[in-house]
Amino acid sequence: MIENRPWLTVFSHLILILGVAIVALPVYVTFVASTLAADEVLQAPMPLIPGTHLIENYAKVLGQGVSANVTSAPVGRMMWNSLVSALVIAFGKIAISLLSAFAIVYFRFRFRMLAFWLIFVTLMLPVEVRILPTYKVVSDLHMLDTYAGLTVPLIASATATFLFRQFFLTIPDELAEAARIDGAGPMRFFWDVAVPLSRPNIAALFVILFIFGWNQYLWPLLVTTDESMYTTVIGIKRMIAGGDAATEWNLVMATAMLAMVPPALVVLLMQRWFVKGLVDAEK
Amino acid sequence: MEKRARFESRWLPYALIAPQLAITLIFFFIPAGQAIYWSTLVQDAFGASTQFVGLDNFKDLFRNEDYIASFRITAVFSILVAVLGLTISLVLAAFADRVIRGAGIYKTLLIWPYAVAPAVAAILWLFLFNPTLGVVAHWLRGLGIAWNPLLDGNDALIMVVIAAVWKQVSYNFLFFLAGLQSIPKSLIEAAAIDGAGPIKRFVTIVFPLLSPTTFFLLVVNMVYAFFDTFAIIDAATSGGPAKATTILVYKVYADGFQGLDLGGSSAQSVVLMAIVITLTMIQFRYVERKVQY
Repeated sequence: MIENRPWLTVFSHLILILGVAIVALPVYVTFVASTLAADEVLQAPMPLIPGTHLIENYAKVLGQGVSANVTSAPVGRMMWNSLVSALVIAFGKIAISLLSAFAIVYFRFRFRMLAFWLIFVTLMLPVEVRILPTYKVVSDLHMLDTYAGLTVPLIASATATFLFRQFFLTIPDELAEAARIDGAGPMRFFWDVAVPLSRPNIAALFVILFIFGWNQYLWPLLVTTDESMYTTVIGIKRMIAGGDAATEWNLVMATAMLAMVPPALVVLLMQRWFVKGLVDAEK
Repeated sequence: MEKRARFESRWLPYALIAPQLAITLIFFFIPAGQAIYWSTLVQDAFGASTQFVGLDNFKDLFRNEDYIASFRITAVFSILVAVLGLTISLVLAAFADRVIRGAGIYKTLLIWPYAVAPAVAAILWLFLFNPTLGVVAHWLRGLGIAWNPLLDGNDALIMVVIAAVWKQVSYNFLFFLAGLQSIPKSLIEAAAIDGAGPIKRFVTIVFPLLSPTTFFLLVVNMVYAFFDTFAIIDAATSGGPAKATTILVYKVYADGFQGLDLGGSSAQSVVLMAIVITLTMIQFRYVERKVQY
């Protein structure tokens, strides 16, 4: 601090506490709603102190799902789907990006720059701008309602490829030369030197990509029609599709909490990697 | 930059890069090419015959009042999201940079909304603003404000803007805080010695030095508001009421999957592609990333 202004410090804390409170408000209300009975939520206004139905509500959505509505798949199943797709997307992106960055940095081959630019250009083609034709490709490949359909089209990653390319360029040449003199082939070097050195980058990217995968919306919305393939985020949307009268808000809110907890935990527990990942990914 | 030490192999580099390229070609380039091709076609109502019409779809598009309205909504929406999101997070970051005790705790408490799915964020705010049972809607009624985002277009737009900003504040906050912390303390101290108060210092020194971060975040937030908010719109309002929240990405989806208008939707995709390409170019060409951790 430059100068001592106690009132300004108090004011700073007040503003920050207000900010934290506003940020937390929707999640607090959601949590409270998820602990109430169905009729308690429907009172206007609903109580703002947690109720007594926490275990009952969560057990119900996880085991049976929201029965009175369009969706009947249990949320436990949806969370499994979300977890599988988030992990496959995160590890898939990391794996194919490590390989292609390694090829681009450590080999000289025809069409190297072309390949690099092709990967680069995908940054400019988000799913949102090519939904119909991409849907058609996936449907022609019979990948609708499969884990492959949920994940493979999202696995290409220009950002991760760049990140690993930048990182590989900083690995001293001496290491590769030493490896060659010792008779190590390129794949040996990749596994024993390049990948272990990339560990901090892999951890940072993993946090970002796990959240990216878990929170996917448009793509799973298109490729899943079978309830047992819904991800949690899609499940919630389907639960409120019946309109106010049919919506059991306490159960929907319990599902929303369940959809938020895994990625929030990943961010909080891996905060250091998360911050590194965010900043690196934008470089 | 090139490596001196390289490996030699006739086939290995191709094998290494093949998975990435295969996915890129199948799921990115072929569909993008198809979108461009389809944008020049017209299909009859039964999908039985298609006809090449050149640029007619684009001409129709820009003559279509709904589409122009959607452009206007997107502009209002993205400017509000970017400006509000940046202002709020800059204020919070500036105060967090000031306090010494507890800055880390505030950071932890402010960053987690990044982890919340946009669709879930939309549902949380939809619940708070629900005219019959929402807590915030109830407070607003107490203040005498008639509030119904399910019927009133402006209310609905305000609701999706709030949900979108709420979700993005954590990201902006992290970058602003990093930017603020990388400003050399000696500059601020020198200004303080010369008698500049905190506000004057912020306006004349801190904010100008922060401009690379601000510009970078502005572009990122525009891209976010244009494309990543699809989930918020779909989950909270489905583009309604009366198309008041139908932003461009939502319209592509609605016309393509619900309206089954192949040519029109593809033409919209091509327009969107042009917008992303422009924004990405701006980001790469002009944005200096000077944020350091």
